[in-house]
Amino acid sequence: MFTRKLSRISKFLPSAAYRNGVGSRKLHIASVLYAPQSGRYEEKPEFPGSKSKFIHNLKFLNPDENEGIPVYRVMNRKGEILTESEDPKLDKDTVIKMYHDMTLLNTMDKILYESQRQGRISFYMTNFGEEGTHIGSAAALSPHDMVFGQYREAGVLMWRGFTLDQFMDQCYGNCNDHGQGKQMPVHYGSKELNFVTISSTLATQMPQASGAAYALKRSGKDRCVMCYFGEGAASEGDAHAAFNFAATLECPIIFFCRNNGYAISTPTKDQYRGDGIASRGAGYGMMTVRVDGNDVFATYNATKAARDICVKECRPVLIEAMTYRLGHHSTSDDSSAYRSVDEAAYWDKQDTPIARLRHFMLAKGWWNEEMEREWKAESKQMVMETFAKSEARKKPNPELLFTEVYKNMEWHIQKQQDAMKKHVMNYKEHYPLDNFEKWEQ
Amino acid sequence: MATSVRGILNSCKLFANLHRQRACHPKIFARNASFTYLPDTPLQEHGETSRMNLFQSVNSAMDVALGNDPTAVIFGEDVAFGGVFRCTIGLKDKYGADRVFNSPLSEQGIVAFGIGLAVAGATAIAEIQFADYIYPAFDQITNEAAKFRYRTGDLFNCGALTIRTPCGAVGHGALYHSQSPEAFFSHIPGIKVVMPRGPIQAKGLLLSCIREGDPCIFFEPKILYRAAIEEVPVGDYQIPIGKAEIVLEGNDVTMVGYGTQVHVLREVATMAQEKLNVSCEVIDLRTLLPYDLDTILKSVIKTGRLIVTHEAPQTMGYSAEIATAVQEECFLNLEAPIQRVCGYDTPFAHVFEPFYMPDKWRLFEAVKKVVNF
Ligand SMILES: Cc1ncc(C[n+]2csc(CCOP(=O)(O)OP(=O)(O)O)c2C)c(N)n1
Ligand SMILES: [Mg+2]
Repeated sequence: MFTRKLSRISKFLPSAAYRNGVGSRKLHIASVLYAPQSGRYEEKPEFPGSKSKFIHNLKFLNPDENEGIPVYRVMNRKGEILTESEDPKLDKDTVIKMYHDMTLLNTMDKILYESQRQGRISFYMTNFGEEGTHIGSAAALSPHDMVFGQYREAGVLMWRGFTLDQFMDQCYGNCNDHGQGKQMPVHYGSKELNFVTISSTLATQMPQASGAAYALKRSGKDRCVMCYFGEGAASEGDAHAAFNFAATLECPIIFFCRNNGYAISTPTKDQYRGDGIASRGAGYGMMTVRVDGNDVFATYNATKAARDICVKECRPVLIEAMTYRLGHHSTSDDSSAYRSVDEAAYWDKQDTPIARLRHFMLAKGWWNEEMEREWKAESKQMVMETFAKSEARKKPNPELLFTEVYKNMEWHIQKQQDAMKKHVMNYKEHYPLDNFEKWEQ
Repeated sequence: MATSVRGILNSCKLFANLHRQRACHPKIFARNASFTYLPDTPLQEHGETSRMNLFQSVNSAMDVALGNDPTAVIFGEDVAFGGVFRCTIGLKDKYGADRVFNSPLSEQGIVAFGIGLAVAGATAIAEIQFADYIYPAFDQITNEAAKFRYRTGDLFNCGALTIRTPCGAVGHGALYHSQSPEAFFSHIPGIKVVMPRGPIQAKGLLLSCIREGDPCIFFEPKILYRAAIEEVPVGDYQIPIGKAEIVLEGNDVTMVGYGTQVHVLREVATMAQEKLNVSCEVIDLRTLLPYDLDTILKSVIKTGRLIVTHEAPQTMGYSAEIATAVQEECFLNLEAPIQRVCGYDTPFAHVFEPFYMPDKWRLFEAVKKVVNF
């Protein structure tokens, strides 16, 4: 793994013809360059940290002159493979699992969204339209790779085996929720599945993910970190820190930007003026690719290749997956206040990752109308049954409010826990104790 | 997709309308109604009024500010379409996209941009979407905004900066949509910190903050955005910074709070009167820095008993300052130890919120304790 270091340094050296020595020290030694036009020998810039040449006419770099960074795709909107050699040639079972997970996620989203509207859970965020980015990327990772997510990546967990019970117990914050009902719905986490628990604070996970990647590198195992974030979160200072730390410290991390067009109501034109998030990669010295996030195979290929680079070369890779947030930002949002229903309807009709994969499967003969009907009914049934079970479970024992603030309960918290219990017992009728598991008297 | 997006969106719209009338969906709202909102009456001298909730009165204050001051601008995440709590609704259309605009998603950027605007002579009204997300801006607030005047020998200042941000419990906000971080900011010399209890107060206090010569942080208790409705003067008026208000006079116990807790205290005062025949004086601090110690002292000298309350955790919290200052000044007037009824020293846990809150029952118990000492 560490041998890469030398080979990378050699890339920064002038090519052999002009090299007046070998080894990294030479980076800072002026090299002399023959300029054929003038017939003069000129110096190359010696400034530390630059690797370029001098020019003699003033010229600004104008980003408007560049053509946009291209979008890599494997399938078109009809699910047809465009270049045969790019077909990842996944077997039928894998493709069907992809489709199952994407559609199960979609069904769960619909039901949990509605349940919030009926006041049964307090909050929800759907993944509508972004299922391809989740499943395509998750399928290309090793299950040992560590994931740091934002909040709209439930499909990644689903791919890794998070169960419907786990999803819904968390959303209900009931006694089976690993987080003991402390966090809002959709703040999932799983140690077994190497998925670090979600925090609501945007972009904070990004530099943490770089640190985790550095630890994985030093542990010598072939693992990398996958860090998901939105194009909005990419404006936070933490995003900059994450990219720069990962690049300078040569961390095996994939930065996976879900560019879905919006950060709540804020469209990308108010978020950035460069060419998306991908254009920033080069600035940090990162390998970068932009993919069609509605194309699950393109996402898969890009992630798989990125993972290879990460693990083999120990350097970060930036993937910008272009997609569209079909749903409202969350249950607290009404997107008709800032975008037309027609705009969302256009994407829903013309290009969803689910429809694309279905077209592909239909053409292959791996799927048909009847299977679709059956699977829809079955998945809905599974979700509804789990939902009912989760709803029926009590909330955790209220004493747990005080646990896990510290590893061990400190005296001042113990004192407050005792006071809370005593108080609630004195005023029992004013607290919703019936909804909660009982504490020891 | 089985249901088309149009279907999803339509059903959402329907629900959203329901939602609007209720402030929160019914189950959660019922659970959370740990206080009863008692509307204030507007002062006659402030002229014509109109029915407004808290977000509308904040909107009205900013409307006045933009109308009177051509240098004033408003910005923050999602501000252009009206803000996630609707506080800036209509202002972009009325005053233009160069005066009411979205910022990129960066709190440190928002506050720093505001400092720069103010240093260059503009009036800056910055919105941080949730007080829970103000921390990336902490450096800009504490090292920059707060110290600009001091470190430049008053060559430069950013007094024209106001940071508005929603805070406090809503029943379902959990760790990152419930915090009340006012104590951190009340620890910073150079910043003024204000938290209103309702729409009339909010408009007058916000206009004072905007025009104040020092940078201000204006905390808006978000549960009151829709739950608090009053007849609010439509014109321009100010409520002074640094002055507390006695919202209820009494003789036996002084109770000090701010924001939503003022309403809890009012209810406790009624309970104490009815059930214990104890007369409580309720003080709304309104400004947390610099705070109105005089009003508190006068009251404690009269009653001999003090209870201080806030939603934020107790340890090293805002109430510690009040308790210390009061015992320094009138130790011999005290009949009982000063009580703090606050949030516990834990993060704000989603499903345990009813147990976490410094609610009327905990406060009632504290009243019993100080009168029976
Ligand atoms: C530090 C911080 N600031 C603000 C917010 C409020 N907030 C939650 S989501 C969001 C938009 C995020 O947009 P993006 O990163 O594009 O992700 P998307 O929702 O589109 O998946 C905002 C502003 C937050 N959670 N954290
Ligand atoms: Mg986005």
